[in-house]
Amino acid sequence: MGLALLVIIWLITFISTYFFVAKVWWLPHAASAAAPWIDHQFALTYVLMGTVFVAAQCGLGWLVWKHRDGASSKPAGYSHGNATLEIVWTALTAALFVGLNLMGSHVWASERFAPATTGAVPVEVTGMQFAWYFRYPGPDGKYGRTDLKLMDPSAGNEAAIGLDTSDPAAKDDVVTGTMYLPVQREVDLTLRAVDVIHSFFVPALRFKQDAVPGLAIHMHFTPTEIGDYEIACAELCGLGHYKMHGVVHVVSQEDFDKWLAAREGEK
Amino acid sequence: MEPMSAHAATHHAPPQGFIRKYVFSVDHKIIGIQYTTLSLVAAFIGMALSWAMRIHLGWPDAHIPLLSMFSPNGAPGGLMTPEYYLSLMTMHGTIMAFFVLTAAPMAGFGNFMLPIQVGAADMAFPRLNMASFWVTFVGFVLACATFFIPDGPPLSGWTAYAPLSAVGTVAGPGQGWGQNFWGLSIAVFCVASLLGALNFIVTTLDLRTKGMTLSRLPLSTWAWFINAWVSLLAFAVLLPTCLLLVLDRLGGTSFFIPAGLVINDQLQPHSGGSPLLFQHLFWFFGHPEVYIIILPAFGIVSHILPTFIRKPLVGGWKAITYAMIAVGTLSFVVWGHHMFVSGMSPFMAMVFSVPTLFITIPSVIAVLIWTFSLYRANMRFDTPMLFSLGFISLFISGGIGGFFLAQPSTDSYLHATSFVVGHFHFTMGLSAIFAAFAGFYYWFPKMWGRMMNETLGKVHFWLSFVLVYCVFMTMHLTGFAGAVRRYSAFVDDFMVPLIPTQRFISVAALLLGAAQFIFLFNAIWSRFQGPKAPDNPWGATTLEWDTTSPPPFDNFGGRQITVYHGPMEYDGEASVMQTSPEVSVAGT
Repeated sequence: MGLALLVIIWLITFISTYFFVAKVWWLPHAASAAAPWIDHQFALTYVLMGTVFVAAQCGLGWLVWKHRDGASSKPAGYSHGNATLEIVWTALTAALFVGLNLMGSHVWASERFAPATTGAVPVEVTGMQFAWYFRYPGPDGKYGRTDLKLMDPSAGNEAAIGLDTSDPAAKDDVVTGTMYLPVQREVDLTLRAVDVIHSFFVPALRFKQDAVPGLAIHMHFTPTEIGDYEIACAELCGLGHYKMHGVVHVVSQEDFDKWLAAREGEK
Repeated sequence: MEPMSAHAATHHAPPQGFIRKYVFSVDHKIIGIQYTTLSLVAAFIGMALSWAMRIHLGWPDAHIPLLSMFSPNGAPGGLMTPEYYLSLMTMHGTIMAFFVLTAAPMAGFGNFMLPIQVGAADMAFPRLNMASFWVTFVGFVLACATFFIPDGPPLSGWTAYAPLSAVGTVAGPGQGWGQNFWGLSIAVFCVASLLGALNFIVTTLDLRTKGMTLSRLPLSTWAWFINAWVSLLAFAVLLPTCLLLVLDRLGGTSFFIPAGLVINDQLQPHSGGSPLLFQHLFWFFGHPEVYIIILPAFGIVSHILPTFIRKPLVGGWKAITYAMIAVGTLSFVVWGHHMFVSGMSPFMAMVFSVPTLFITIPSVIAVLIWTFSLYRANMRFDTPMLFSLGFISLFISGGIGGFFLAQPSTDSYLHATSFVVGHFHFTMGLSAIFAAFAGFYYWFPKMWGRMMNETLGKVHFWLSFVLVYCVFMTMHLTGFAGAVRRYSAFVDDFMVPLIPTQRFISVAALLLGAAQFIFLFNAIWSRFQGPKAPDNPWGATTLEWDTTSPPPFDNFGGRQITVYHGPMEYDGEASVMQTSPEVSVAGT
């Protein structure tokens, strides 16, 4: 029985480790400025914790086999603790964990603690059951007024978020159901929700943030590669949660300007 | 420290008649069995729900005929609707977290064993004890009733985040009376848990028999005692939270609903509430809750291990007890790690990540104690031992995943993915279940007076152990690939390639569930046909093994119990009962 436990625990450990190391399932291709840092933190945690995992499980398997009943004629040995050893392993664990966390903290801080730099592209994301809307403030750089009474999600675009067209600042606001972003420019994101909590998750950008009704949440990030990236809702928002998805088109600055001008023209 | 009352008093005469004896019983042993049975029923219901969910996730077009008979609206023609999937998921989480994982290891085994382990004739407040079981039962009936009300069970998850859970039917199906029943069910469950916690604390402090000092308490009793304090503080917060939620829904208040919500084109008549307030209140309970689930598991495994390794744990009673106290205390200052991306201040995320990493230290110490205790042991592999070893392995694996989630930078990607689902099923779900199985196989002879079948027990262990890894380790992998949890189908391009993996998980989950019927058969068959159990089948040393199997009504047949030793008097073949005045063999 001891041998069986050893074999099964080791097998589970090695098979699990193989799938992680072989990256059969892995983070999607990274396409934002923070992504390499986040992936680096993943890799670091991965190597450290993978080592601990293999050591702990293999150790467990080995001890179980080695000290099964009848393996030796020696009576059970026991200790009442070893203060030095206990202090050493506690200190080591503490140092490892806190150090790991400190290393990752700048990635977290860089997108959140300070506002976006000037010149960033402002985009307002609004989540509602079960769609995302994206607003660009237009040439004036100012978001126009919205009015709850004017909201008509079934009409889509500007009417969906209740844009008040009588406000001069609203005249040039563009609202779309698909997100366009220029590559290599910082995006100054404002996240809102009108009904229940949603969460704006773009796996390729390593970006996730809840959109909470009653709050306007600011974050910023920089897409670094041209391409189309999927948006998924990551907070349970009702029956259509699973299909509340969208697409971010990261395009060249030139294409972005063209697209925005075309949208302005359509209004 | 000497206990306050030197000997246990008999509180009440043996009851006469079936109702007083087995239904509205004040006997802690019957109440323990009632809780255990309720948890078993709840566990199989919760498992059936997970089966339906896993079939749907693996084969979204599958027709499940039984389901359409059970819920013609939720699964017309047997094809599950997205909202019914979410309802099943909500009730799976609710039933498993509250009525199985919170109830079985603490209220089930604790009620039966704690008074015996401290040498008492019953709990300190037997009537309160009866009340706490029957209040739990009402909570369970309310939860199950949601399946039979017209608009079905709630769909906002076991976490019931507001405003989705608070605004009513306007937010879609599953938000009608099902959600009200849910709030009331959990509120009622909180009351029962508070009553139970009081009883555990007072019994441990006041009813210890002569010589049963705190340092001689069995580790399971220590765990239940510490856990009772954690429960007392945590459920005291969840109770008002549920009531406020129900008030928002029925009383027109706006505790959790901000102004200006437009849902389904309708402006909501609420103002001034905060969705984040709900999350703070819920997780102030919710994080201690995962330790409320796992601390009794720590205790059960720490209690069982010495019996089967035939030596005390490394560091004696102190090291593991201090680790459990540290875990219980720190569990109250880490709740914000559930809310890194919730819209809470990002500075607070950094603040909460620090105690979150610190709470792993006592957990690591506990794991090291169990593992190092195996060194130079003479291990016996009876079924309770196998499940204890399985617990250690699962808890290590779950704990490793925790490091990815404790750091805001990596959690922001993994949050709300199946990585989290795999992680918490390892750490608080299956770890606690494995410990509960260990406890069940270990104490079954004492509770019912018969032995369980060892071969079936071992088959149950091997299948469960391997399949649990197949299901939940794989969820970690799909989480890395970005699979979002709480999706009733996978339509995003990046999740579609994972569907074959989802099918693998589903097959493993169905087999894992099937393996549990081996256990159920073994338990029911052994209850009636198993060989008669001796008083002390495992050669253990604590007080529950120093009385008949099952124990008489007053636990020790009127014997005056005096305790001379700690609970881990093992040295290979030699062992000394706690009540034996013989000389110590292990110095505990």
